Amino acid sequence: MAEPGARESVLSTEALSRRFGGLAAVDRVSIECRMGEVHAVIGPNGAGKTTLINLLSGDLAPSGGRVFLRDREITGLRPDQISRLGVGRSYQKTNVFLPFTAFENARLAAQSRLPTSMRFLRSARTYREVNEAAERALAQAGLRGREGVPVAALSHGEQRQVEIAMTLATGPSLLLLDEPLAGMGAEESARIVELLRKLVTDHAILLVEHDMDAVFAVASVLTVMVNGTVLASGTPAAIRGNAEVQQAYLGAEEPH
Amino acid sequence: MELDTFLIQVLNGVQYGLLLFLVASGLTLVFGIMGIINLAHGSFYMIGAYLAWSLSQHLGSLALAILAGVVLTVLIGMALEWLLINKLYHRDHLYQVLLTYGLILVFEELRGVIWGNDVHGVAIPEWLGASIRLTDTLAYPVYRLWISAVCLVLAVLMYLLIQRTRLGMMIRAGAANREMVQSLGINIQLVYRVIFALGVALAAFAGMIAAPVSSVFPGMGNQVLIICFVVVVIGGIGSIKGAMAGAILIGLVDTFGKVVEVDIGGFRVLPELAGTTIYLLMAVVLLWRPEGIFGKRL
Amino acid sequence: MASRGVRLAVLGALAVALVALPFVADKFYVQLATKVLILAIFVMSLDLLVGYTGLASLGHAAFYGFAGYLLALITPQYEAASLWTSLPIALAGSALLALVIGTMVLRTSGIYFIMATLAFGEMLFHVFHDTSIAGGSDGIYIYVRPVATIFGWLPFDFEKFTHFYFVVLVATLGVYAVLRNILDSPFGRVIVGIRVNEQRMRSLGYHTFRYKLACFVLAGTLAGLAGYLAAVQFGVVNPDMLGFHLSASGLMMLILGGMGTLVGPVIGAAAMMVLELVFQGISEHWLLLMGGFIVLVVLVLPHGLIGIVSRRGAREDPHG
Repeated sequence: MAEPGARESVLSTEALSRRFGGLAAVDRVSIECRMGEVHAVIGPNGAGKTTLINLLSGDLAPSGGRVFLRDREITGLRPDQISRLGVGRSYQKTNVFLPFTAFENARLAAQSRLPTSMRFLRSARTYREVNEAAERALAQAGLRGREGVPVAALSHGEQRQVEIAMTLATGPSLLLLDEPLAGMGAEESARIVELLRKLVTDHAILLVEHDMDAVFAVASVLTVMVNGTVLASGTPAAIRGNAEVQQAYLGAEEPH
Repeated sequence: MELDTFLIQVLNGVQYGLLLFLVASGLTLVFGIMGIINLAHGSFYMIGAYLAWSLSQHLGSLALAILAGVVLTVLIGMALEWLLINKLYHRDHLYQVLLTYGLILVFEELRGVIWGNDVHGVAIPEWLGASIRLTDTLAYPVYRLWISAVCLVLAVLMYLLIQRTRLGMMIRAGAANREMVQSLGINIQLVYRVIFALGVALAAFAGMIAAPVSSVFPGMGNQVLIICFVVVVIGGIGSIKGAMAGAILIGLVDTFGKVVEVDIGGFRVLPELAGTTIYLLMAVVLLWRPEGIFGKRL
Repeated sequence: MASRGVRLAVLGALAVALVALPFVADKFYVQLATKVLILAIFVMSLDLLVGYTGLASLGHAAFYGFAGYLLALITPQYEAASLWTSLPIALAGSALLALVIGTMVLRTSGIYFIMATLAFGEMLFHVFHDTSIAGGSDGIYIYVRPVATIFGWLPFDFEKFTHFYFVVLVATLGVYAVLRNILDSPFGRVIVGIRVNEQRMRSLGYHTFRYKLACFVLAGTLAGLAGYLAAVQFGVVNPDMLGFHLSASGLMMLILGGMGTLVGPVIGAAAMMVLELVFQGISEHWLLLMGGFIVLVVLVLPHGLIGIVSRRGAREDPHG
């Protein structure tokens, strides 16, 4: 179990593709994400990273290829079905419930793990396990003490933290994080990097991120995407030493 | 059904469909480009019909009445956009629905005040009054063919306007990206005003040319509005092609629904239920392609 | 926001007034109040769809009218139907109709939803208006109101307008309490979440269609309750009960009162009824005034009457 090679494969894709008109936004991408591992997907803007996440989470339907969650094929399932199979995703553009408090955002996320929400009688506030999961997720994301604040009144960085808290509150085993650090201050970023380090012990994490310091700090596998295709994939050291990657992305210019 | 009656019904259905297209295309353009849902759109159809009736009596000619009516309704459309509709661009559809519903009440009541609540007929102009003999017993009125021809010409003009002209380019750009168009220095406010007025005039014009065949009656506006909603739901919103396909389909289904008696296992389906056939068609389309036949799949 | 004490005092005074009304007011006013309360149930049910779930329906009267028609159709010509059988049948009928229509219209959203709901409402209108199954455009009279006899005992008598008033009052308060409770339940939180950000609800694992459909059926059933009571009150049903104008008026009452609150619909229904009487007193062309008023409300009062008192706007959002 401690051997990296023996780690359980949680997510894998086979030649996953998505075309918009004539453009192949994601072109025959095959990747794998294992339990206990942060798999970072990097690449210039427009490389197809967010589209890839959308294909994995079910927000977009693939035009070709297959997606497996453990042994189960999930290609073409709806987002809610994929979420219920233990896949949590966060969005690049903060996608939360602005009028609600931070707590209600996380609570709604946690409530989704009830077998059904077709419950009309008891007050939602009385579901203790839901409340606890929400509080735990908020604390993990560094929002202790901010639970009662409407999200619209939170700072941009804090809203990003709510985004992550919601993803965690659904109790996923696989995390699809789309630029979780975008728009965060240095302190918040450091906290989230620390959180990822902790989470990875019992999660599989697919991370799309532009912050290279963070990526090299947490990732054990890196995939470089360019123009919808995989340019290279391997350990951080291998990717750093890859001349093609240097030329296409890493050395050329900072993405920010 | 005999072949010649069948053909006549096809002609009737197509003519009715083309007329619906004129009304529905205005509705769908105003929504597709300006993002406005206008419940009062049907009222302009009614206003057009009443204008055709009253103006043709004063002016002595339907053609003159139509000309004056079109000018008048364009002005009404521009005034409305200037006074009210432009306040709705950034509002929720719900408020657009309510404001334009308020307009329906105003127009219905004004119609009662100005023209009364009677049903009227409008005479077909003499030069179009003839009928074409199809067989010994059947004839088809030239006026109905003329309606179809006029609608077709307008449809082609609309297509050319949108695809080939500078205004059309602005319309297409405005639909795609309001901010970009404004940054190019194009007066989007004016473009919107013109489009809204065109939509109003199209609906009114349809009411005017329909008046001699459908008669003029209170409530005709809401009737056509709801049928046009069905057309738009079936065809897909914002699409002229969709409006055309939906309108012809509804025209045919509605026409045949009223003349065909269906026998199901000995039970004759009530011809009274003919009014519901178009809704059943809509239900089928919603189950099959909820975004409409020509709508963009979400 | 008014302080809690003031609110309680206002509510207390209102409760006393509502209970005392039949003892101090004329039959006309008691019946008017009954009508307002029935409409309030209808508008509250509409609010569940529009104000809370964000589904702008323009065909909600279909369920109201359908329940009324069911009562008229199962009432024998010169005898009374039993409340205890006719009401459940009417409610079940509205629920079933909402299930069928909801399954289709909820496949659309936004402006399509508005148009599709309007069109299906109109289809019902045609079914009852064009055919002879239920008296065509004249509708059907209900000569004898339903009786509430249980095992020979008659707890209240619908032929007495005061009794009927109290039954409607209890029904209104009951619907209010039920909705208040539901909105605080996990289901209620889900539908409000759907209004705010449906796509995110989906990615959190909610099959939103199911919740919207459940909400549509619930709202349709409650509208059916209102329609049943209206049929009892007026003793007649006709196609206008199903039509576009009632659906639109319902929306107007909702906006006028303040949507996304449960008190707003009651205020809106009362205000519209009073306005209608006032306008009718001013001119025979009162619809002109009503139309102008509606336009004005949209332009200057988007949060409704309740928005004037409550600063946080018309829509309530849950706080953890």
